[in-house]
Amino acid sequence: MTDFAIRVDQNKYLPAGSQEVHAIVTVEASGPVERATATEAAEVIIVDTSGSMAYGKIAEARKAAQAAIDTLRDGVYFAVIAGDHQAEVVFPGDGRLAPADPRSREAAKDAVARLRADGGTAMGRWLRRAADLFSAHQVSHPGAIRHAILLTDGKNEHEPAPEFDANLAYCAGKFVCDCRGVGTDWVVAEVRRIGSTLLGSVMDVRRPEELEADFRAMTEAAMGKTVADVALRLWTPRAATLNFVKQVSPSLEDLTGRRTDVDALTGDYPTGSWGGETREYHISVRVPPGNVGQEMRAGLVRLVVPDTGQVLAVGNILAQWSDDPAQSTRINPRVAHYTGQQELASLIQEGLQARNAGDVETATARLGRARGIAQRAGNEETAKLLDKVVEIDPESGTARLKRVVDKADEIALDTRSVRTVRMRKDPEG
Amino acid sequence: MVSRPCPVCGTTVLAGEAFCEQCGHDMSFVEPAPAPPSAFAVAAAAGRSSPCTACGSDSVGSEGYCENCGMLQPTGRDHMEIELGPMAGVSDRGLRHSRNEDAMALITAGEDAIVAVVCDGVSTSPRPDEASQAAADVAAATIAKRLAEGEGPESATRDAVRLAASTVASAARPGEDSPACTLVSAVVERRRVTVGWVGDSRAYWLGDHSSLLTIDDATPGTHMLTAWLGADAGEVVPHVRSFTTDGPGAVLLCSDGLWNYYPEPEALAATTLGAPPLAAARRLVRLAIEAGGHDNITVAVIPFGQGERAETTVAFPKERSD
Repeated sequence: MTDFAIRVDQNKYLPAGSQEVHAIVTVEASGPVERATATEAAEVIIVDTSGSMAYGKIAEARKAAQAAIDTLRDGVYFAVIAGDHQAEVVFPGDGRLAPADPRSREAAKDAVARLRADGGTAMGRWLRRAADLFSAHQVSHPGAIRHAILLTDGKNEHEPAPEFDANLAYCAGKFVCDCRGVGTDWVVAEVRRIGSTLLGSVMDVRRPEELEADFRAMTEAAMGKTVADVALRLWTPRAATLNFVKQVSPSLEDLTGRRTDVDALTGDYPTGSWGGETREYHISVRVPPGNVGQEMRAGLVRLVVPDTGQVLAVGNILAQWSDDPAQSTRINPRVAHYTGQQELASLIQEGLQARNAGDVETATARLGRARGIAQRAGNEETAKLLDKVVEIDPESGTARLKRVVDKADEIALDTRSVRTVRMRKDPEG
Repeated sequence: MVSRPCPVCGTTVLAGEAFCEQCGHDMSFVEPAPAPPSAFAVAAAAGRSSPCTACGSDSVGSEGYCENCGMLQPTGRDHMEIELGPMAGVSDRGLRHSRNEDAMALITAGEDAIVAVVCDGVSTSPRPDEASQAAADVAAATIAKRLAEGEGPESATRDAVRLAASTVASAARPGEDSPACTLVSAVVERRRVTVGWVGDSRAYWLGDHSSLLTIDDATPGTHMLTAWLGADAGEVVPHVRSFTTDGPGAVLLCSDGLWNYYPEPEALAATTLGAPPLAAARRLVRLAIEAGGHDNITVAVIPFGQGERAETTVAFPKERSD
């Protein structure tokens, strides 16, 4: 069984009259190292088969999907969807998911081998088809881990925006979807919306030949999940206002708008499924002003399975008013670190946006500043990617945009801007 | 240091002696005089059963946080509640002070008498919280003991206040100001109420003809005390008054944390009468906190003559000069 633990990092001391409470909530799930074979799982592999996938990409996509199929452990229910302007379930094709065994794996891989690149791109329709497969499956297998892998290489050109929105909303909560963009023709913002809504990761795959290993790793990670549909349940005091709930590690994800009310003071935020992993959340609450010496609970954080009401872990966010400035002016290092990580991500995204809009001044300022933060906070990968876009004069520290930037580097920088690093110097280890 | 009386049995204990030879009482100051365990109610830390001291809702969780407003419920002396037989007391730190320097002691004396004492530590003196608790404990225990020995309530009260005063006075340490506190006591017997006081803590009669029973030892309109318990107070002579009544009504003892906001007897009576004593005491403390909670607040409520409304109305307390 997976064990969950919640740890809260904050400086609970507030100066008299102050109202803003910030905390980093670390959720650590740990369990047996071996796969929890008892856990029911369902996997849908969605491969972009639009015309642009022709030549090298479709061949690598086939290999990647086959590797993923090989990684499915026996008994996992699965399907493969080929996506163009429509969605076709190429395996098993009877509207249901098939359990993995040597025969079904071979049949699925045969179907994948026959995939041809032809047609348009309508990702919302692919996802909706997956959602229907999962929903049908859930009737007989409640509580199963439901996971999809989406591979795309292009813009969502053949689905009107309102239909895409409706399809995404339809899918929310039905499964978790990790997304991969291959090449340089896909739109980061579009795929990021899918990843955010479906609580999955988004990564760029620079070369098609990297797909196979990536798909295998993603499927293995999905097989390691042991608890489905976990929610972060947050209680706040009656007179308080919730500023935000954000996942800040391993990547940034604003969950504030994803609340489902439980009662007047409590709401659930979806976190998807969990294996052995650690995630961190930044929660900010505005509390009514208090008097020196008073202590209040500004938030009660619980990790729950909403369907069963099971509480997996609990933590307190506190506020205590103090007239000692030595206590109240200290910023918790972890809160400071993740505040910096959020700033870094917005600087990169704003900088790239300004650069594409031709606003060199803003782009230079933002990306130059981002380079400095990345360096100091230990975002080494981000710093390297920034170096491909912006140059810093070592003498003067002045930033200058590079004239020629590889599109793949720009996409990587954008995609990975939401990935954060953990604190380098952590006094508690 | 000079010899001093044992706060429990009154035997004179020589300077330097750590224990009373007669009864073995530990003479160190911080240890308040122990009373018979059955007599003192344990100050209950605000638990699941008590409403939130901040918002009044009935949803305090097991960890001590209110599940409505989030406030951590005070523990220890920050918020004390005592319920003993028919009477109840509530003492609270309030909102502005870092600790509760008020203290209270409730005790029953034999079949018929109940005794309540409220003390308010003087904030500008050292260790006022210790002074007030010791004074309240010593005074209550002494009154009960003297009544059991057959003494009348008035002389028992005078004895008790003198003993409490000497306890507080003996706590002074070289090189610092003297700890100091006020005291108000009430002895309620069948038809008789006896109050004693030093300082500006008050006693009220609430019922028909609700009235203030005490006269503050303070410069009018200020909080400048003209009498207190403490080594720098000179000889302490308590005011003692008694009256008889058939009730029904209640005797209310309180520190200035309450009467600063609610001095009018009629208003206090309207809030207190008709409710169980603990609920009434909680409600009064709540009102003082909502009004600003600037000082510590202590309220003791002793219901009187809860039975039939008698023909006789209140015999007004007659001033007894000392």
